[in-house]
Amino acid sequence: MPVLARRIEAAGIPTVTVTMMPATAEQVLAPRVVGVEFPFGHPFGQPGDRAVQRAVLTTALRTLAGASRPGTRIDIDLEWPQPRGEAYKAWQPAEPSPIVAMLLAGGRG
Amino acid sequence: MLVDSYRFLPRSFVPMYANAQPLDGEDEPVWADFVPRLADARIALVTSAGLYLKDAQPSFDGERERNEPTWGDPTHRVLPSDVASGALGMMHLHVNNADVLADHNIALPSAVLDELAAEGVVGGSTAHHVSVMGYQQAGLDVWRQETAPAIAALLRDEGADGVVLAPV
Repeated sequence: MPVLARRIEAAGIPTVTVTMMPATAEQVLAPRVVGVEFPFGHPFGQPGDRAVQRAVLTTALRTLAGASRPGTRIDIDLEWPQPRGEAYKAWQPAEPSPIVAMLLAGGRG
Repeated sequence: MLVDSYRFLPRSFVPMYANAQPLDGEDEPVWADFVPRLADARIALVTSAGLYLKDAQPSFDGERERNEPTWGDPTHRVLPSDVASGALGMMHLHVNNADVLADHNIALPSAVLDELAAEGVVGGSTAHHVSVMGYQQAGLDVWRQETAPAIAALLRDEGADGVVLAPV
């Protein structure tokens, strides 16, 4: 998705990318990055948790408006409320994705 | 605090991301100045959750991805900014969809943006937001050549002063 941010930015519209993987977004040169240490599928927090959703979006907007150079990265200091193991299981789909299933089958073959 | 980008990633996937490199032709910084005051700015949202209007738009193509696991649907969907969670479908085979379907604001915070606009933090929202589906074929050719220009043109037509993108 950072490549979409880059192409939209190159077309003249400033962007900020909110991501669980800010290191990767930085490596592929997303212009502005806001990092969250949240499980995949949850860049703005948990369902119904409007306080965290607002905190993340507000930080994203302030970064969008206030950053002055490419490569700006702001990490949000919020801890996910579930234990890591529970959250790790919960974000994953019930069935492995097609590419993971294919790789697992290849590994067994 | 520095976010651990790999905290929730399966360990076997870490090397693939830790060594991520820019694609060919994407190795220079890009930049557009943010011009207006935030309180006057119109903002658009882009999510990679694979959201679509379940009664009015086709789903992203999960069947083809099941048959061709290295392929991901590169199209996009244009969503009204006042969309309700109940109107949305989600096609993304790489994450559990339940939480996004329960409250789409965790991936596409359109109602949160409207709240901030009502409070004067931000000027407003574009009339539409955009969803793509984040799992893509290596190289991202269609995204780069077709989808990104189409999204940029749409957001320019909608008067977006800035865009918040959120991969899932």
